[in-house]
Amino acid sequence: MSSKGNSGTIVFALVVTTLSAALLAAAATILKPAQDENVLKEKQQNILSLVGLNGPNDYKKFDQLVQGLVIDQEGQQVQGVEALALDLALEKKLNTKNPAYKVRYPMYVYQDPRGRTTYLLQVAGTGLWGPIWGYLALDEDGNTLRSAIFDHKGETPGLGAEINTDVFEQQFINKKLLNEQGDFVSVKVEKGKHDASMPHAVDAISGGTITSNGVSKMLEQDLVCYLKYIRQQSTQSPQL
Amino acid sequence: MSDVLVQSPAEKKPLLGKKERKLITDPLSDNNPVTIQVLGICSALAVTTQMKPTMVMALSVTAVVALSNLVISLMRNAIPPRIRIIVQLTVVSVLVILVDQILKAYMYDISKQLSVFVGLIITNCIVMGRLEAYAMGNKPFPSLLDGLGNGFGYGAVILTVAFFRELLGSGKLFGFKVIPDAVYEAGYVNNGLMMIPAGALFVVACYIWVQRSFAKHLEEKE
Repeated sequence: MSSKGNSGTIVFALVVTTLSAALLAAAATILKPAQDENVLKEKQQNILSLVGLNGPNDYKKFDQLVQGLVIDQEGQQVQGVEALALDLALEKKLNTKNPAYKVRYPMYVYQDPRGRTTYLLQVAGTGLWGPIWGYLALDEDGNTLRSAIFDHKGETPGLGAEINTDVFEQQFINKKLLNEQGDFVSVKVEKGKHDASMPHAVDAISGGTITSNGVSKMLEQDLVCYLKYIRQQSTQSPQL
Repeated sequence: MSDVLVQSPAEKKPLLGKKERKLITDPLSDNNPVTIQVLGICSALAVTTQMKPTMVMALSVTAVVALSNLVISLMRNAIPPRIRIIVQLTVVSVLVILVDQILKAYMYDISKQLSVFVGLIITNCIVMGRLEAYAMGNKPFPSLLDGLGNGFGYGAVILTVAFFRELLGSGKLFGFKVIPDAVYEAGYVNNGLMMIPAGALFVVACYIWVQRSFAKHLEEKE
């Protein structure tokens, strides 16, 4: 049988791999639109759930409910980029490769029915195995966190992966980003018992130290850039 | 166990004869891939905290085992023996990636819950095990049935495990609350052990215990 010779083996391998590749390429192309839609929908739902908009169809009114804008790392607003389309993880990667590159940050402004503003911020970083990211709701005082959502690509289940559980996320509610002098100190994820008397720290996950550190680092890196923008806003509008 | 298949030569062979039925039913009990062959245990521990993702996992594995068995059986005479394992792996990988992509497009929430475990079907020993043990040496149709049977056998076990884990661990089934609030008020608490992988080991062990006490012939003779 020809398939027993070397050339037969090589031809067979080539045919199998070519067919497999063609099949997978076709499937990926056909399914891409539906997958992208799911990812966008999840992102919109995540952002809206920060301010308690958990309705199954709220995401369809995303553009009416919140106003998206893009700022750079110096806190200047950037025109001509859509916040939802911005890939923060990619922006930060470009910056690591080329420090002159200014990271652009997407943010969303929500006004509740009583007219109080909440800034919805996106953060991105690295855990133990891969990307981690989060969405935070910051009060208009530019200091108090109202809620937080974290997620990850593939952190260790039961350890680092716990960052996307309610128990971990709820710790961030009412934490402060600024110290009493008004300087940025961020919120750290640390070992030990934490309570309301410690406004700048939450309890880390046992066994998930590297993921916990990743969360601390991404908060510290990203929130400071948002604060630059938010502070400019509040100096421009003195009633705050 | 050793019934002789009597068949008159004139009679047309039925689509699902005794032998074919056995291919499907055997892996459900006497030759179950998880409890008897002890294959595919890892995913049985990982994805079984809730019924719904478990159901999807069971269907995904069944589709992959059945289709890869079919494809490999169709190619079995052409596969060069020296590269047969890598060819099997290629076929399995293609099918698993397809399943993963389809889940991501149409069942996004569940695909997120199953996360890496869909991709890990590639390494599920049931799949490669059936390819080597059955599909390489049998005709396409029996191979398809063998794949279906083993998929169902795997599904039966993980669904049973998920039933107990979700019921005892979170008081729900398929996400619906089944244990009434009154029971909780009376002091009942959910069993946290069921929510962690170790809980699945206990359930699988009990499953094997019950199965073996009913089917004594499975016990090893001293």
